[in-house]
Amino acid sequence: MKIAVCIKRTPDSESRFRIAASGVAIDESGLKFDIDDFAGYAVEAALQLNEKAGGGETVVYAIGPESVQESLRKAMSMGADRAVHLKADSSPADGIAIAKALSAELRDGGYDLVLFGKHAFDTSAGVVGTATAELLGIPCVTAASELSVANGQGTARRELEGAAEMVTFPLPAAVTIDEGVARPRYPSLKGIMAAKKKPLESKPAQLGDIRVTVQKAELPAERPAGRIIGEGAAAVPELVRLLQTEAKVI
Amino acid sequence: MANILVFAESRGGELRKVALEAVTAARQLADASGGGEVHALLAGAPGISDKASQLGAHGADKVFVIESADQERFARESLAATLTDRARSGGYRAVVLGFSAQGRDLGPRVAARLDAPIASDVTELSMNGDSVVAKHPGYANKVVLTLTLSGSPVVVSVRPSAFTAVENAKAGTVEKIDAVAAAGATVTVTEVKEGAKGRPDLGDAQIVVSGGRGLKEAANFRLVEKLADAFGNAAVGATRAVTDDGWRPHSDQIGQTGRQVSPQLYVALGISGAIQHLAGMRNSRTIVAINKDKDAPIFKVADYGIVGDVIEVLPVLTAAVKAARAGH
Repeated sequence: MKIAVCIKRTPDSESRFRIAASGVAIDESGLKFDIDDFAGYAVEAALQLNEKAGGGETVVYAIGPESVQESLRKAMSMGADRAVHLKADSSPADGIAIAKALSAELRDGGYDLVLFGKHAFDTSAGVVGTATAELLGIPCVTAASELSVANGQGTARRELEGAAEMVTFPLPAAVTIDEGVARPRYPSLKGIMAAKKKPLESKPAQLGDIRVTVQKAELPAERPAGRIIGEGAAAVPELVRLLQTEAKVI
Repeated sequence: MANILVFAESRGGELRKVALEAVTAARQLADASGGGEVHALLAGAPGISDKASQLGAHGADKVFVIESADQERFARESLAATLTDRARSGGYRAVVLGFSAQGRDLGPRVAARLDAPIASDVTELSMNGDSVVAKHPGYANKVVLTLTLSGSPVVVSVRPSAFTAVENAKAGTVEKIDAVAAAGATVTVTEVKEGAKGRPDLGDAQIVVSGGRGLKEAANFRLVEKLADAFGNAAVGATRAVTDDGWRPHSDQIGQTGRQVSPQLYVALGISGAIQHLAGMRNSRTIVAINKDKDAPIFKVADYGIVGDVIEVLPVLTAAVKAARAGH
């Protein structure tokens, strides 16, 4: 199969964040960046689908500054065949603008499947994959936690609130990947060496108008400092009293 | 004056709580932009029109109802086409949905079709001149972004429980419409696997009782279930360590990569409070933690902490909660 995977480069989610002097972004200094978790699952899912099919091509795409090339190389070191870097000063908060740039690039790619993470850690919006599929006019399964493909038809599972939905869909199609589909492999030394020789094309992203902008970025209000009210079962009466009289939840 | 269109989500013939919250959010946005009507779109199998009155009671001036056997299961492409068609022909200022499994699927579809800017998972909405302003916690709730959406219409999905549904009786006039058929290939639902019955969804529950590795073994989760029963209508969640070990289904995981909840009360049982777990529950109003390690990070966010072995404390707590609720 010919599979495209659109990835995003995001900061390590365990970081302690600070707000940049601009007041509209995080301070990126000292942060570690890598392929976003869900995008990593999508890369792995693509590699496994093609391994199972006994061949095919996996192409990774990313939008952003030069630094995203490092993530594209990493995806190639995992096993992707080639990469396309769509250059932009930054990745905007406007998911529709990104979807336009990606769909313009993917439209004539002849892909059987286009994979995305279900959302990225930074924007946590989950817009780009589904919107790109809509602009391409192909079916889209969002937040798939299981995915398989056989005889030109896909099958997936989606977690709903307190239930799950089993779906089928014809190819070509797009799928946004939730946790559970595939744990990403670590690149092997051989993979890392091979990735250096794989093609990485770089060209401007056709983002168009940006209509969603960050007006302010701030750290959330701190919770009041925690309070330990006692030890063991002996503290239970006091806890229940506080839940009744102070928190008023019983 | 601007009218707002709301997707009033239902499943299995019942309105979802987030549908009423979306109506409330839309009402706020309509009022903030100088008054205007809120119109809701409700789709389901025959009989769903009975639910329209609840939407009216919460502030919908009009309810478009699609009653069709095809709508019994989530008909994403047809719903996206219908919402887009309505939004266009009705000249709405905004389309509001819930940021739920359905809404997070539909929102980007509608935004792409309308070529409209979209903000997801929004906790506050306002107007600044002609622009819609949306607060959205990004970076797994670690950074709050205030977004400006320029142009009209816009699409906004609201975080479940961020807006409290309030009664605000409007006409709720029902207008039956037909769904716009999906053009092109579609996703087909072959089966809906219902989870455990009798408990509210994690995102809907006012009280969430959640367990971690401190419970020592899967069987001890029955103690957590008993506490949930004692509280009445509580949901049961778990940490990633526990779902990875198969003690609980993946769908019960609370945290950065799982469900994010903000109930009135969150009870963390044998949970140390890894940063990924905190990302999923730190917005809860009141947090209770029981853990044997007094230095566990969960105690930094817990309003009330008890240091102790959760296996010993749980039965005592369950009995005390039962007694308190019974009025003793």
